[in-house]
Amino acid sequence: MTLDQVQPGYGGIITAVGGEGVLRRRLLDMGLTPKTRVQVRKVAPMGDPIELFLRSYALTIRQEEAAKIQVQEVQKL
Amino acid sequence: MNILFALAGNQNCGKTTLFNRLTGSNQHVGNFPGVTVEKKEGVIRGHKNCVIVDLPGIYSLSPYTSEEVVTRDFILNEHPNAIINIVDATNIERNLYLSLQLVELGLPMVIALNMMDEVRASGNTIRVKELSKNLGIPIVPISAGKNEGIDELVDVAIQVAQERILPKKTDFCSGEVHRTIHAIAHMIEDHAQAIDVPARFAATKLIENDESVVASLNLTEEELHIVEHLVKDMEHHIGMDHDAALADMRYTFIESACKDTVIRHQESREQLRSEKIDRLLTHKYLGIPIFLGIMLLIFWLTFGVIGTRLQDWLDLGISAATDALSNLMIQSHVSDWLHALVIDGICAGVGSVLSFLPLIVLLFFFLSLLEDSGYMARVAFVMDKLLRKIGLSGRSFVPMLIGFGCSVPAIMATRTLPSERDRKMTIVLTPFMSCSAKLPIYGMITMAFFPKSAPLVMVSIYVIGIIVAILSGLLLKGTIFKGNPVPFVMELPAYRIPSPRTVLLLMWEKAKDFLKKAFTIIFVASMLIWFLQSFDWTFNMVADSSKSILASIGSVIAPLFVPIGFNDWRASTALITGITAKESVVSTLTILTGAASDAQLSSILSGIFTPLSAFSFLVFTVLYMPCVAAFAATKRELGSMRAAVTTALFQTGTAYLVAFVIYQIGSLIF
Repeated sequence: MTLDQVQPGYGGIITAVGGEGVLRRRLLDMGLTPKTRVQVRKVAPMGDPIELFLRSYALTIRQEEAAKIQVQEVQKL
Repeated sequence: MNILFALAGNQNCGKTTLFNRLTGSNQHVGNFPGVTVEKKEGVIRGHKNCVIVDLPGIYSLSPYTSEEVVTRDFILNEHPNAIINIVDATNIERNLYLSLQLVELGLPMVIALNMMDEVRASGNTIRVKELSKNLGIPIVPISAGKNEGIDELVDVAIQVAQERILPKKTDFCSGEVHRTIHAIAHMIEDHAQAIDVPARFAATKLIENDESVVASLNLTEEELHIVEHLVKDMEHHIGMDHDAALADMRYTFIESACKDTVIRHQESREQLRSEKIDRLLTHKYLGIPIFLGIMLLIFWLTFGVIGTRLQDWLDLGISAATDALSNLMIQSHVSDWLHALVIDGICAGVGSVLSFLPLIVLLFFFLSLLEDSGYMARVAFVMDKLLRKIGLSGRSFVPMLIGFGCSVPAIMATRTLPSERDRKMTIVLTPFMSCSAKLPIYGMITMAFFPKSAPLVMVSIYVIGIIVAILSGLLLKGTIFKGNPVPFVMELPAYRIPSPRTVLLLMWEKAKDFLKKAFTIIFVASMLIWFLQSFDWTFNMVADSSKSILASIGSVIAPLFVPIGFNDWRASTALITGITAKESVVSTLTILTGAASDAQLSSILSGIFTPLSAFSFLVFTVLYMPCVAAFAATKRELGSMRAAVTTALFQTGTAYLVAFVIYQIGSLIF
């Protein structure tokens, strides 16, 4: 499952981060690395971007990028 | 011995607060050479020989944004004696990610572990000594907001610099990644030494395929081939590509260093509180109305209640001072032309701009509250989707909105945008938002030509400004600012109460900045326009400004405006004086037409314009280059006169084009 499909309030464990170049590097730099636990907190009023919570901080990324992040063990957090 | 410190850290970790604590108001703000990235420098209080440079807030040392490149280049080329790395203790894992990359630069370093008060208040603990040992870097726990631990930080930082205490650990991993880094570092040691870069840093950058470092290392074909082979081998062994491998290596090391030293029973109070506040402020239906409400309130307070009152008082003060000066000059029998230069030229010109000072200071008061509280990031979150299509992010929304009030603070407000590209684009587009100084022009034209449909005309002018901004955004995105948009991956920092110090310092800095502009570029521009307006080509003063140099320039360029519908020297002259301040368009037209009343002005104007060409004139006025104060702000923020002139030409060209299209299409219809 990819992160953009995860409902707000649910979260899981990252298995892979796709995409390429700058954007992918930035996602990795911000701590979205494999084995990290991440929660989807909220969707912005206009449907995009989304708010994540990981490593004790809140991060926002766009749906497009979220679609490149694979997660597993998705459950309500 | 003089000591140079570099202050590095993430965004939102209290870096500015710490910098202000360390230096007081004794700081110098400028740009790094060639980029619009802010460089703040100051002397540490009580230590005259210690200079500290505040580097941009960044999350990583990858070479993608100009902020990251500037930081890296500064540390590698300026050789600071030590790095002070500020780390947010409530968010320690992600903050330490940058620390590990800084370690690779091979300089003495100390970590200032900020927000320790919040960690304690939330019932969590950080075992600083053990953590310091795990990381191999001295750590000083501080709270910049509460002024705790600052003196100790300075002492340790000076000691680290003087005794050249280097980080004890540079290996953050074992296994395949470790072996690869070492193999490469060993092989390229000579090359790295030749360009004065730590081998370990160069090796990591080779693995990351960092083009600028790869190029500067000057490796042979064969060496490059070996590197490639080693990296491929590593990727194959660990089943991850090089980017993921290095990020994973750093985070895994951080996790193990923090495992027994960072004891977190619960998320910090600030995090929990922020989540609650956000239930309202980024609410699905209420988020946008609340944001608009806040902006409306700020506008109302700045341009309505407080600001205009302060502005009126300042106006009174300025005119009283001008009168006093005028009387003094008359009494001392100063020559007429000097009297006119000082009073009508300088005092009038600088005075009219100076009366904007309260508005600017007040706007920055509100803006810094929005920024420092953490709300600005939420605005970006809520509004991002709207601006994305033109290649900007939600971050640019607030400066653009401020543009409807006044372009000067709007352009100055782009300083807080996290990417240079967004900053530049926002600076170019913001003046298309019709500023409040243009209102008298709309009033004049609508009264004369569209008395019945004034609101409709006004709204359409605003809408045209916005549409042009959108189209220009699309154009710029596809041309000059093509490629490499900075990804919108943004932290939503915990809400915090802004520190009064930081807010006051920012207001002071912006006021200083504006005053400097008023007495340099605006001063000169006022004198120039006054001269052109008061003298004829024989350099004799003229009583009738229609005989002035300015009027003759106006006559010469008047035919240029034929394609957009008007050919009158008074209109073109008004457009020139409009560059000093947009209100001048109205006063110039009034003076040049010799109109004694508004009604008379209206009737004279109908001789100059048709309703269609009047509308075209309005469109041109909204879009053409902003006033000299905004131009000065543009020059300051873009960092070069050339860029500012190019921007002004672009804006004026766009204005001409749009007015042309509207006039020509209009002529076919009406």
